[in-house]
Amino acid sequence: MTRWTPDPTFYPSPTLAAAAPAEKLAYVAAFDRAGQRPDAIAVLDTDPDSDSYGRVVGWTELPNTGDELHHFGWNACSSALCPTAPHPHVERRYLIVPGLRSSRIHVLDTKPDPRRPSLVKVIEAEELGKRAGYSRPHTVHCGPDGIYVSALGGSDGQEGPGGIAVLDHTTFEVRGAWEADRGPQFLAYDFWWHYTQDVLVTSEWGTPSMIEDGIVGELLLGRRYGHAIHFWDLAKRRHVQRVDLGDQYQMPLELRPAHDPTKSYGFVGVVISVEDLSASIWLWHRDGDTWAVTKVIDIPAEPADPADLPDLLKPFGAVPPLVTDIDLSVDDRFLHVSCWGTGELIRYDVSDPFHPVRVGSVRLGGIVNRTPHPAFPDEPLAGGPQMVEISRDGRRVYVSNSLYGSWDDQFYPDGVGAWVAKLDVDPESGGLVPDPRFFPRGEEFRGLRVHQTRLQGGDASSDSYCFP
Amino acid sequence: MTGATWAALAGLGAFHGLNPAMGWLFAVARGLQERRRAALLAALPPIAAGHLASVAVVAALVSATRSVTASTVVAVTGGVLLVGFGLWRLLSDRHFRWAGMRLSAAQLTAWSFLMSAAHGAGLMLLPVLLAEPAVGAGPHAGHLAAAPAGALTGLFAAAVHTAAMLGVALAVALLVYEVLGVGVLRRAWFNVDRLWAGVLVAAGVVTLLGAA
Repeated sequence: MTRWTPDPTFYPSPTLAAAAPAEKLAYVAAFDRAGQRPDAIAVLDTDPDSDSYGRVVGWTELPNTGDELHHFGWNACSSALCPTAPHPHVERRYLIVPGLRSSRIHVLDTKPDPRRPSLVKVIEAEELGKRAGYSRPHTVHCGPDGIYVSALGGSDGQEGPGGIAVLDHTTFEVRGAWEADRGPQFLAYDFWWHYTQDVLVTSEWGTPSMIEDGIVGELLLGRRYGHAIHFWDLAKRRHVQRVDLGDQYQMPLELRPAHDPTKSYGFVGVVISVEDLSASIWLWHRDGDTWAVTKVIDIPAEPADPADLPDLLKPFGAVPPLVTDIDLSVDDRFLHVSCWGTGELIRYDVSDPFHPVRVGSVRLGGIVNRTPHPAFPDEPLAGGPQMVEISRDGRRVYVSNSLYGSWDDQFYPDGVGAWVAKLDVDPESGGLVPDPRFFPRGEEFRGLRVHQTRLQGGDASSDSYCFP
Repeated sequence: MTGATWAALAGLGAFHGLNPAMGWLFAVARGLQERRRAALLAALPPIAAGHLASVAVVAALVSATRSVTASTVVAVTGGVLLVGFGLWRLLSDRHFRWAGMRLSAAQLTAWSFLMSAAHGAGLMLLPVLLAEPAVGAGPHAGHLAAAPAGALTGLFAAAVHTAAMLGVALAVALLVYEVLGVGVLRRAWFNVDRLWAGVLVAAGVVTLLGAA
């Protein structure tokens, strides 16, 4: 049943959302790499005044095994205020949680007990395949007219094309594939939009066989993973333009458009250049009537002793940064870049999006460095800052350390572990400082690995806004 | 038509104009997106045109039908339709779907037409239209020839209604755009849909009672 007044977590504009109260809870996807035990949504206490601050305070197991929880999202967000199809009196209460490996999509209700979300629906892989023709659901975004879910693979064992499925807001049934005309697009990964401009953007990773058993060296060196982004007419659901970054730039993954609906730019992170193992951040922007990309950040690989490197990297004698997630603050001022290989989270001031300025860095983990958390200097860390989420007010940054089961095993063969760190923005320097009181890890996650974090009430990568 | 009828038509128009879903919010979004008030002002006439079309279809149909059919039949059919539609709006969680925000004037009119139709804006005028004596009443009552005159009255009623709707929508849009800011939506966006559905049901009951 709907509310009498709008959900208080909906904000018409990013400016208003930046004034939102601090989150009290965070939801983290946790998965069992062995596929023997059920995956779970772990609930973290993020209220600094609470006795259980920084601890796992809730745990909801899924009914099956082998799902490999990865990304997930809210059923509704600030886009519900968009004037074309407004429905501001629905509630932000359900988490839409896909299993990237099983292709099941779970719906969890956080309202009865926010610390113990309850499972209310499971969309089986067969239904997703039959209705939308897709498998391997990934990114979830709450649209004004439905819930959009990207998917990497095709149905019935087909490799592709991957694309976007739309779910009904109310019943969570799969309405079908979103695309009316996909043009040359085949590979899929992330998507987001400039909603008020009727523009949707998609990025490319690989098909199921290219990723599920680990990164394939021949495919990478053969430049076969994705290296383009696509622009679509969001109203007509048609492909408009493919922009190729160059085939040495393998795997443009996370897409972070400006939250300000009057702006027409966004950032995309590229995992690796096959020429020098560097990672890069590109800006997409309008160029006359078309879209263009400009590389605005280059992050070089760090030289290393081959003896310290996993087999995959020994021949190169260097650690690639492996930029695998980026996140833009709600005020569009700061971009956070996860270098999962070198174990570093870098913060850039992107007030001028064409000329980012590096303003902060935190080192945690890393393939070679294994940098410990400053509050626990005796514990070398595996993994690195990977999924990054920013609070709506931009003052707190949460990072978790697993990338993707089979890829974790290749880059951290002695075990990636499990940890979530919280970084506070230093109001003086504008840099980042790890919070000594917030570092859930290891056994707190019951042997499971941790991936995406979603914040109660919304975060920097959940909501889109129709008013500047 | 009596003064009370005109007042009722205008009052319902104001009610429709007040509903953010009927268009003023879209106009505000256009103004803010382009950072000029002219964009807001330019969006409202197409929105009003779409609303007018949606309401006029119902009004003309009812007035014309009444001229040639026994009033009771129209009233009972209309009343049942209204109550049913109102209950459906009240109980259904489904919402209007429309993707796309960069609309031409024609598309904006189409959006407004569909939005008004989906919300049953025209149906809400039924009790007012049916309270009036049929235009064809008199020597030609029951003749097909009376239909055009009836339809004309209906169109005129729709125009009055839409003028009130446009006036209120314009006032609210400017107030939000110039003075209050969109932050007011968070507090003041009362769930009009529920009230709206209640009004539909009430209008249906009034119509049915009138027919009895």
